[in-house]
Amino acid sequence: MTRITTDTVEQVADLSKLILSDEELAGFQEQLDKIIGYFEVLNSLDTTGVEPLAHPLDLRNVFRQDTVEDSAPREDALANAPDKTDEAYKVPVVIESS
Amino acid sequence: MQYETVIGLETHAQFHTRSKMFCGCKTDFGAPPNTQTCPVCQGLPGTLPVVNRTAVELGLRAALALRCHIAPVTQFDRKNYFYPDLPKNYQVSQNYHNLGVDGRLEIEVDGQTRKVGIWNVHLEEDAGKLEHPEDTGANYTAIDLNRAGTPLLEIVSAPDMRSADEANAYMNELAAILRHLGISDCKMQEGSLRFEAGISVRAVGGEEFGNRVEVKNLNSMSAVVKAIEHERHRQVAVLESGGTVPSQTMLWDVQREVTEPMRSKEEAKDYRYFPEPDLVPIEISPEWLDQVREQMSELPAVRRKRFIAELDLPPYDAGVIVEQKPIADYFEQTVEQGVEPKTAANWMMGEVMRVLNERQCEIDDLPVSPPMLAELIGLVTDDRISNSVGKTVFSEMCSSGKKAGEIVEEKGLAQISDSGELEAVVKQVLADHPDAVADLESGKQQAKGFLIGQIMRATRGKANPKLAGELIDRLTGD
Amino acid sequence: MPELIELSAGDLHRKLMAGDVTARQIVERYLDRIEQIDGRVGAFNTVTAEAALDKAADIDDRLDKGEAVGPLAGVPIALKDNLCTRGVPTTCSSRILEHFVPPYDATVVERLQRADAVLIGKTNLDEFAMGSTTEASAFATTANPWDLSRVPGGSSGGSAAAVAAGLAPLALGSDTGGSIRQPAAFCGVTGLKPTYGRVSRYGLIAYASSLDQIGTFSRDPRDAALLLEVIAGHDPRDSTSAQEPVPDYSAELEKDVAGVKVGLPREYLAEGIAPDVEAAVRAAADTCRGLGAEVIDISLPHTEYAVATYYIIGTAEASSNLARFDGIHYGRRAAGKMDVDELYSRSRSEGLGDEVKRRIMLGTFALSAGYYDAYYLKALKVRRLIKKDFDDALAGVDCILAPVAPTVAYKQGEMIDDPLALYLADIYTSATNLAGLPAIAFNAGTGEGGLPVGVQLMGRPFEESGLLRLAHAFREATDHHLARPNLTED
Ligand SMILES: [Zn+2]
Repeated sequence: MTRITTDTVEQVADLSKLILSDEELAGFQEQLDKIIGYFEVLNSLDTTGVEPLAHPLDLRNVFRQDTVEDSAPREDALANAPDKTDEAYKVPVVIESS
Repeated sequence: MQYETVIGLETHAQFHTRSKMFCGCKTDFGAPPNTQTCPVCQGLPGTLPVVNRTAVELGLRAALALRCHIAPVTQFDRKNYFYPDLPKNYQVSQNYHNLGVDGRLEIEVDGQTRKVGIWNVHLEEDAGKLEHPEDTGANYTAIDLNRAGTPLLEIVSAPDMRSADEANAYMNELAAILRHLGISDCKMQEGSLRFEAGISVRAVGGEEFGNRVEVKNLNSMSAVVKAIEHERHRQVAVLESGGTVPSQTMLWDVQREVTEPMRSKEEAKDYRYFPEPDLVPIEISPEWLDQVREQMSELPAVRRKRFIAELDLPPYDAGVIVEQKPIADYFEQTVEQGVEPKTAANWMMGEVMRVLNERQCEIDDLPVSPPMLAELIGLVTDDRISNSVGKTVFSEMCSSGKKAGEIVEEKGLAQISDSGELEAVVKQVLADHPDAVADLESGKQQAKGFLIGQIMRATRGKANPKLAGELIDRLTGD
Repeated sequence: MPELIELSAGDLHRKLMAGDVTARQIVERYLDRIEQIDGRVGAFNTVTAEAALDKAADIDDRLDKGEAVGPLAGVPIALKDNLCTRGVPTTCSSRILEHFVPPYDATVVERLQRADAVLIGKTNLDEFAMGSTTEASAFATTANPWDLSRVPGGSSGGSAAAVAAGLAPLALGSDTGGSIRQPAAFCGVTGLKPTYGRVSRYGLIAYASSLDQIGTFSRDPRDAALLLEVIAGHDPRDSTSAQEPVPDYSAELEKDVAGVKVGLPREYLAEGIAPDVEAAVRAAADTCRGLGAEVIDISLPHTEYAVATYYIIGTAEASSNLARFDGIHYGRRAAGKMDVDELYSRSRSEGLGDEVKRRIMLGTFALSAGYYDAYYLKALKVRRLIKKDFDDALAGVDCILAPVAPTVAYKQGEMIDDPLALYLADIYTSATNLAGLPAIAFNAGTGEGGLPVGVQLMGRPFEESGLLRLAHAFREATDHHLARPNLTED
């Protein structure tokens, strides 16, 4: 059985961009360990040869035509931005990476 | 020890579509920031993507041109990572069922043909742009989402290239294909064609690949070539001094022409790809593929061969003309008007490209149609105007949009081929230059060239030089 | 004239068209009742009184001029606060979206506007629709109108409580693993979760994209039919919305139910079900027999795997869907000077609640390198088996009768410290979402403490008509729907 350690929880929190206090970390570790432990009920099922089902509907080939529609006014786009200039969203200086 | 360089390239090409991948926003380059966005490409909560059919079909053209196996069912996956230019903090891309896999591209280097494997061809959406304000005191980065959601084609090559020359040939051939098939306009300066290179070195004949260095921020083909050369020297130097080259991601510094390790912390990347649940799978039927094939124009390689074999063009000329589809199309349409192919090719590579360069424009922007060019070439080959007048007339056509005949007529540029009319001019020139006449009569043939030049000058280029020569001969009693 | 708040949506509309009442009178009556009652119930996050009165005035004006009005003209409707409304805050009951005002309307909102329904407010929910008590709202706890010390269920607890308390005749919710049906059962109202793809999800702030479906709350199946007719149908903005034609549900409702085959799944009546709930299900089966239906024992063998499968797939999708809440382009941003990476983490940690964090981490885990195959991919395979259970069963019966939740509504705070126990209570509802099937929950009697007990009918894809018809016949044959919570106006 997969044991969920505090290391695992820290890694997962990091990928999820969440900061956990020590107390939260301990609490989540216990809960996630219990819940993920419960998920292992699925291991008792033999699913050899079973095709994964990602979507309940068997829809295929849904497209739009390559036609231009009106874009939103810039004021609307920026209306909800927590920090902005007249024409763009603002964030703390980003050092170019990927 | 002898080393060889091992190179694989990832190419991102923006599709030449009117609208974005998943919404109806325009994809025009250079619009004011954040004016080509909508709730969908802003990644607002509650919004959903709908696939642009044209982008899929253009992707299929690329996959077919690169001889890929086409997936019978393809689907989009989400690539999860946080970055400020990515409003949803996931990129809709493909991972598990790529549009095309296991293809190849043939390139020619030093007269040798090489096959470069294509691992896969897939569809994705572009990210927005981060702008660092020019004001050095500015303590922020601005985000422009105009580019976010632009349809992208990613082409991942196998590490099959062994030199910067091969990489260069690969990039050029790929760009020619993408342009020819109307897939992408491949304007590097607008970022519609971008590369990342995986570069390693190993001892010649080695089995194992060396540690791979990934170089990003390569925004021109020459940057790729320089980065490969730079990395080759750097990595060989490390190995020669007994060190090992670490696998890492580097950025190309355009100004200093060096690679630099990425400054940000190198997190272990875990993209957590999973099927995009907001989109449904795409089934590619043989019928659909046939339709796409029918819409595909001839590939550049095929066209080059045809120009060489059927039109008797020298391979060099065929290469230059086929590089850009509009040029090749224009050339063919000119030839269809009855112009001798090599003559048409000379005009394309000479005057036409000179004007395009001078004006920094596309051939479709010129007011001169192929029949108009054919008419002009006809006037020259029929000796109605001289070659040099032809060049002047072409420039005039490009400015005014008038036909060659009209311009020749209006400006009286027709060649003087009437011996009676020209004889008077020749006589005058001979009378004005007795020294030259004496030289000629004493056997100095250079003097004849001088006299013809004077005749041309007197007629403002309109004299038929052959006739003028004959008249000099006759009148000097030679 | 009977009390306006006692009338069904259909009757309200008819009275308006007959000139017996104005839209303004209807809306004012409901706004007044919200004013009187909602302090105790806490169903609403936002009441859009001004816009509702404007809309009512517009409808009255058009009626005066003899102009046409839509099929829901004058009918107030409450919307779960995860449905985007242009110009009206849409918070998902989360701090991170506390001040978010969408610049666009969800497709269902557009359709309601076109039908001339009157939007009266946005209702409370478990943050981002993650929960089954509405206690996971960042703003307020909603009370069960039948017993104010109990939960209304969730996550659409605000919508269910609003209809039960007579604060709106109609409401919309969303159902990802039971989030319409369970609160409908706890609050004694009718909750319809349509087939996946029946109603456009465009503008529904996603929890789990392959499971989410917008559905209705009403006092009876007839009003559910009326509302579904308005909101159902293909939407070119939602690639997962179905092309199926929309039937005339109201007309279909009246057809006879004699001879209908109803399956009773033995796994749903096994260990873990409270006696009052089991009794209600068995009594409902008897009522169906009385109506001429044939009740058949059936098996859905993979039922015990539904909860684990649902939570793996649901949280995996959620971990990605909720990544966009980062304080950059909209929503709450952490204060202070910091780099972008810290800005993400601090904004999210301050803006999201514990249950949401828990599910984001569960989903991130299930998709992460080394665990993808064992958890996410495995769950997708079991999802196929669960869907096949239903396909097989529904080849032999027309619909399936089942409990909605193992118990009646519980006390507030009772389940708050045991997330797994709360997850396990989704046992009877989550499989329906995995299979994408339609289901309707409705009041089928009274259980412990005089609280309503709901049952549900599940059916084949796009056969909402059959479910509505049987639920309607059930209502005509019983008087459970007459019971009302005891809420006196001040
Ligand atoms: Zn857009």
